[in-house]
Amino acid sequence: MTSRFEITAGLMPLLDSALLVAAKEKDFARVEGIELRLVRETSWANIRDRLAVGHFQVAHALAPMPIACNLGLSPLSVPTIAPLALGLGGNAITVSLPLWELMSEAGATASFDPAAAGRALKSVVAKRTKAAHPPLRFAVVHPHSGHNYELRYWLAASGIDPDREIEIVIVPPPLMADALQSASIDAYCVGEPWNTAAVLTGAGRIATVKAAIWRSSPEKVLAVPASWAEAHAEALASLLRALVRAAQWCTNPANHDELAHIIARPGYLDRPVEWMLPALTGTLHASRSHVLPVPEFFVPYAKAATFPWKSHALWFYSQMVRWRQVAHTDANAAIARGTYRPDLYRTALASSGIALPVANAKVEGALKVETPVGSAGASLLLGPDGFFDGDLFDPDELDGYIARQRTGSA
Amino acid sequence: MPEPEATLSVLIIDENRLRAAIIEDGLRDAGYTKLTVIHDVQGIARRIADIAPDVIVIDLGNPNRDMLENMFQLSRAVQRPIAMFVDRSDQASIEAAVEAGVSAYVVDGLKQERVKAILGMAISRFNAFSRMSRELEDVRNELEGRKLVDRAKGILMATRGLSEADAYALLRKTAMNQNRKISEIAQSLITAAELFAPPEKD
Repeated sequence: MTSRFEITAGLMPLLDSALLVAAKEKDFARVEGIELRLVRETSWANIRDRLAVGHFQVAHALAPMPIACNLGLSPLSVPTIAPLALGLGGNAITVSLPLWELMSEAGATASFDPAAAGRALKSVVAKRTKAAHPPLRFAVVHPHSGHNYELRYWLAASGIDPDREIEIVIVPPPLMADALQSASIDAYCVGEPWNTAAVLTGAGRIATVKAAIWRSSPEKVLAVPASWAEAHAEALASLLRALVRAAQWCTNPANHDELAHIIARPGYLDRPVEWMLPALTGTLHASRSHVLPVPEFFVPYAKAATFPWKSHALWFYSQMVRWRQVAHTDANAAIARGTYRPDLYRTALASSGIALPVANAKVEGALKVETPVGSAGASLLLGPDGFFDGDLFDPDELDGYIARQRTGSA
Repeated sequence: MPEPEATLSVLIIDENRLRAAIIEDGLRDAGYTKLTVIHDVQGIARRIADIAPDVIVIDLGNPNRDMLENMFQLSRAVQRPIAMFVDRSDQASIEAAVEAGVSAYVVDGLKQERVKAILGMAISRFNAFSRMSRELEDVRNELEGRKLVDRAKGILMATRGLSEADAYALLRKTAMNQNRKISEIAQSLITAAELFAPPEKD
């Protein structure tokens, strides 16, 4: 079968590039008539630049990145949309062994419970402040990333000021474990396999996970320049279908071993297969000797994991405002809302038989248990989707949420 | 009177020392005198604060670009905010730069025409460096190929009792018949010979 479309996608060496990798390697793209080329990149800045100059038609991107582009927060960006999410969850917060020792003395246990870990960290931070030690240094991958916002959310909800009591720096994902080992940083928040990498090489241990800080939370999206999406609607729709089929394949436990082997190859992650399996199977090494089940650690397909919820876009926007990256105006909120394109997702998957939510946004944190929701195509279960501190984000009450967080974190 | 552009302070961040030196030379030849080269991003915030560059040139292969961009945007690290690249409207320059594998950051408010020459120089030197690397690679491959052919000739001479000229002629004929490079034929022959060679005596 000859391909009707040629698409080059940029990706970063992270496990959640799995949907793109599977779409290519397991021929889901080819079935849709797409010759998919994947190019591994070294920085999110390169992904953004090469999208802007047309080297890439689409890319694996941090979920807040397209919003930041459209708000003019990043250099050399073009109007960009997010018509599909590349799964839910997948990150963890890893701390150095010396920091974990202090946190253990302060009551942290190997449970990944964000509240307990946060309480212990607060006590460690308070002691350091009292002793006039410099603040602990935490690393994230990018200022406009789920990592930055979930780390700050966790710190703030634990009573720690992320601006004054912690220094937050930027480190590329593959260098995180080395930076921890060399004591350049004390902790970091990153996607897999770069947490497992630190645990298995003895550089650190996992303190808590994204899937516990905010359950069923967004992480990466497919970023597409708006001009390309408009001019190549059919190619894009075909790619979205291929990626959802790839997500179904990735979620099947029978395929985890094969996926781990594929993504561990030199062209993708170029790291041991064993590093890939914990996130895929939901069995994480808290330490070298301690394994804990985290069933919803990385969700590639279930719970509408590929649906680009407008409430996710608006939550990221609320955090950009909270941490003073952008001023809150109705116009800016509209830009954020308009970046995510569930309409394109629906159109592409209309006759696929795949469950499509009837709503474009939801109240984040409202579902305490897995719940059937209104859907087309097939039945759909969502949630739980709660924040660990029990708070709710209602996208219709954006102003109130922003105001509440401003006073709460002062 | 010196050109006003020559007074601009330029910081070159490149882990590849050779390429950095080539860019530095080019800019010096063009009359720029305030040049700093950094190979390692360790402690770069302080360096940048000290240097106060007007223009920063960095290779796209550097995995620390996200860290650097974040720093450029925090005005406390660099007294003056540093914007990205040349004029956004200058799409051709941007494409040429990304194509060449180089990126430039410019202090906000600096007239674009003042930095265009710097970016142009960086682009052409990056391209020249890539060409040079490719040529070097070719030379290396050729040398490697010659060694392989010599070894293959030796094997044929020892196992088939051929003269050196006949051994070479056989390799060349095989290569031509199979439409492959003579070094590839030599490599296959060596591999095969090693496969069937008696175990080496210690």
